[in-house]
Amino acid sequence: MSKGETQRTELDYVLEKWEPVIGLEVHAQLLTESKLFCGCSARFGAPANANTCPVCTGMPGVLPVLNKRAVEYAIRGALATGCKINPVSRWDRKNYFYPDLPKSYQISQFEKPYCEGGEVSVDVDGETRHIRLTRIHMEEDAGKSIHEGNSEYSLVDLNRSSVPLLEIVSEPDLRSAVEAAAYMRKMRSILRYIGICDGNMNEGSMRCDANVSLRPRGSETLGTRAEIKNMNSFRSIERAVNYEICRQADILDAGGKIVQETRLWDADLGETRSMRSKEEAHDYRYFPEPDLLPLVIDDDLIEKVRARMPELPDARRERFVSQYGLSEADAGVLTSAKELADFFEQALAEHPNSKAIANWVMGDIIRLANDAAVDSEPDFSKIPCSPVQLAGLIRLIDDGTISGKIAKDVFGKMCGTTETAATIVEREGLVQESDEGKIGEVIDTLLAANPDKVAEYRAGKEKMLGFFVGQVMKETQGKANPGVVNKLLKEKLTD
Amino acid sequence: MRPRPATTTSSCRGLSNNVSGLHLLTIEEAARRLAARETSSLELTEACLSEIERTDGEIGSFLEVTADLARKQAKKADARIAAGKDIAPLTGVPIALKDLFITEGVRTTCASKILHNFVPTYQGTVAGRLADAGAVLVGKANMDEFAMGSSCENSALGRTSNPWNTAYVPGGSSGGSASAVAARQALGSYGTDTGGSIRLPASFCGVVGLKPTYGRVSRYGVIAFASSLDQVGPFATSIRGAAALLGAVAGHDPRDSTSIDTPVPDYTSGLGSDLKGVRVGVPKEYFIEGLEPDVEARVREALAKLEELGAELVQVSLPHTEYAVATYYIVATAEASSNLGRYDGVRFGLRTGEEQGLAAMYGRTRDQGFGDEVKRRIMLGTYALSAGYYDAYYLKAMKVRTLIRRDFIQAFERCDVIASPTGATTAFKFGERSGDPLAMYLTDVLTISTNLAGLPGMSQPCGFDSEGMPVGLQLIGKPLDEQMLFKVGAAFEDATDFHTKIPTSVAA
Repeated sequence: MSKGETQRTELDYVLEKWEPVIGLEVHAQLLTESKLFCGCSARFGAPANANTCPVCTGMPGVLPVLNKRAVEYAIRGALATGCKINPVSRWDRKNYFYPDLPKSYQISQFEKPYCEGGEVSVDVDGETRHIRLTRIHMEEDAGKSIHEGNSEYSLVDLNRSSVPLLEIVSEPDLRSAVEAAAYMRKMRSILRYIGICDGNMNEGSMRCDANVSLRPRGSETLGTRAEIKNMNSFRSIERAVNYEICRQADILDAGGKIVQETRLWDADLGETRSMRSKEEAHDYRYFPEPDLLPLVIDDDLIEKVRARMPELPDARRERFVSQYGLSEADAGVLTSAKELADFFEQALAEHPNSKAIANWVMGDIIRLANDAAVDSEPDFSKIPCSPVQLAGLIRLIDDGTISGKIAKDVFGKMCGTTETAATIVEREGLVQESDEGKIGEVIDTLLAANPDKVAEYRAGKEKMLGFFVGQVMKETQGKANPGVVNKLLKEKLTD
Repeated sequence: MRPRPATTTSSCRGLSNNVSGLHLLTIEEAARRLAARETSSLELTEACLSEIERTDGEIGSFLEVTADLARKQAKKADARIAAGKDIAPLTGVPIALKDLFITEGVRTTCASKILHNFVPTYQGTVAGRLADAGAVLVGKANMDEFAMGSSCENSALGRTSNPWNTAYVPGGSSGGSASAVAARQALGSYGTDTGGSIRLPASFCGVVGLKPTYGRVSRYGVIAFASSLDQVGPFATSIRGAAALLGAVAGHDPRDSTSIDTPVPDYTSGLGSDLKGVRVGVPKEYFIEGLEPDVEARVREALAKLEELGAELVQVSLPHTEYAVATYYIVATAEASSNLGRYDGVRFGLRTGEEQGLAAMYGRTRDQGFGDEVKRRIMLGTYALSAGYYDAYYLKAMKVRTLIRRDFIQAFERCDVIASPTGATTAFKFGERSGDPLAMYLTDVLTISTNLAGLPGMSQPCGFDSEGMPVGLQLIGKPLDEQMLFKVGAAFEDATDFHTKIPTSVAA
């Protein structure tokens, strides 16, 4: 079935009748140097099984030792989302067999997570939605199985085994695929702001599962849900959830029942397919991990972490409004990513024109980041222009050295280099011409050569002014100061 | 009946093989002679190796004798002593390790087919601390597979007999560690005790065996059976020897989060005083129906001896004792079912059936790799943790465990140490209980509560039954009060001669 063009209309039809109810489970890899229960490096990208030791490969006789830094990062996550931190929580074993799970159990928090509650606000179509969190817990990651081609064997890479994760579970408060993706974006922004997760979905350091169900509009009861796994981009989340909404609506509209099951998103085929039903669901046989003591988080530790908390996106947005006089909307765009907001403030420190810098950042800078997008997500870590360079360029505009038009050219030449705007302007002779005598000469020549057009203007056809401005700019290779040109033209035409 | 004197002749004695007699020394006497340069570690080691050579074909204490390593370590120890530097209480002392202690580069099997070829690439804490102290490893001792058993009959890799009479089992699970010390094949050894696995074989083999407080000795490098119950402890022919062995391995280990971070006292100091002011609790629930008359008689005699030494006997009650075995077999099997999941044929050990796919490989490997008792406990534990049964079994067991712990707290308000028999019987014959798992489980009825409560417990020789098999006196202490066990034990040992009795098979 082709979902391309028809899906939009089908979805619209579905949404008139059915209300989607969506909850997300976000897995975020913590940016600690070492793993959650051993001293191995937690960095991505090492050769297979290079970052392993007896503990994270589950050799007989080994024991886990908790990484304290991971706990501090987890507390940051709790504070950033307004969760209530439990003073005593517990580690549990989640038991299942898989070749990339070396101990045959994952150490997680099941019965009593380290924090509960909390809330994240998400802006969708100009409306702010408050998404409640159920809980956040810490756990270790499994390794990675690699199935290559049609070979008779699979390979196991345990570099990821025991890397620390936060699992952030939302209440079923999301009502559309767009909201789900927006929530995920907001969560990534928060985690990046507080520096505990790099948020790289394509490297798997941030992933999510979605619980999706439908109910008739106006109903308050929850329908049977399906859990969707394997969505590794924001686009996947939106596509997968929309697909699932339509799939469930088809079944319900035909009088069928939704089966509670886990479904896998296939991005290539653009569909979800059944992975296992409720009956086939694993019995994880959770029980308290006897090799670790209960996790105690006292007020001293919380306060220590709180004292080092960076500014969060929502607070920064409010500050941008009050401190720089930006609109809510502009402040929202600028603070949506920490790198972008940092860029803005660093440029501002060089040249205090918040409006102009905001416009450049929201225009040209975001365009560049979009050009460097990975999986349609802008990459603000790879902006080919520094805040100092941009500030220097805007300073040249503001002091009248170059025109805005010339500035666009200079910007293009400056990107990807370390040159300042001033250097480029000087070398290429792009300094704006504001000398009234010189511009006057050009105008005089022009008027003399076009008596008919001068007559038209004087007869009341004021639109002709644009023609003359264009001609002057052309004559001066765009270097003429547009203000001076306008002023002189008007004077000379009315003479 | 009176114990057989040490001089009883034996047909299998080979005097010429072991003329030095150094294998007969207690650890404290060996350490004294080493320090005084009256003997060398190499001589001690050779005496033990030659005794192993002479008797282990019949007794079967060892799964692997590490003779080359032992000689190398002995020479290094002798060099250390000669230099007069870094001399620890165990420097140069030949010891054995139960084959579940991870020993880097030395095969470690847990007496299981599934680990028959497993050579660890890392060093465990106990083996590492012993090596650092200059102790000499003579071999890896047999045990019940994965420490599951009370007779050593569940070993998949060898049979161990009781040195006092080879028709009898040595007890388990640390059977080889106990028999090695009883047969004087090593001066000391280490085992683990999850429900009685040190104390019971110590009792059956007539040696001292101590299970310390949970967390006193690191479990890093101990192949896990039941993580919340497993604890490392020593076997020796004397209380002072056991104290020295404990001191060498006890103490906090950053690699074991459950290890206790309090200073380790000198367990060998302050021993030998009388027992004035010591209140010895006698729990009525431990003198049960089924207690062999000889066992009860020897233990009552021992209690009388303690009283004679100045102790005050007080009746105490441990009312939840009757639930201990059931509780234990839920908690221990639940943890075991999870701990033993890693033996899946993927990364190490046995692997079979791989040509038929992943599920078959798991199934075949575990079917062929594990013995019946291990499979039985994995199934019991898996069941106890299953959805819908967790609350009725595991959760309930955890609650009863709390009640059992509370029993002891209340009892210790009235006494300083608790005394009882270690086992309800002396050693039994091969096959006597192995066909009846429940009968075997009940063997541990008097030792299990100590593990559930995390307390230190010790067994020491207190006489013999009418068959000439040893009887053990169990002492149970307050948390981290191993010193009290050593104090009472040493007073009893100094006033009796049971510990000087030696199986007839041993070369004098």
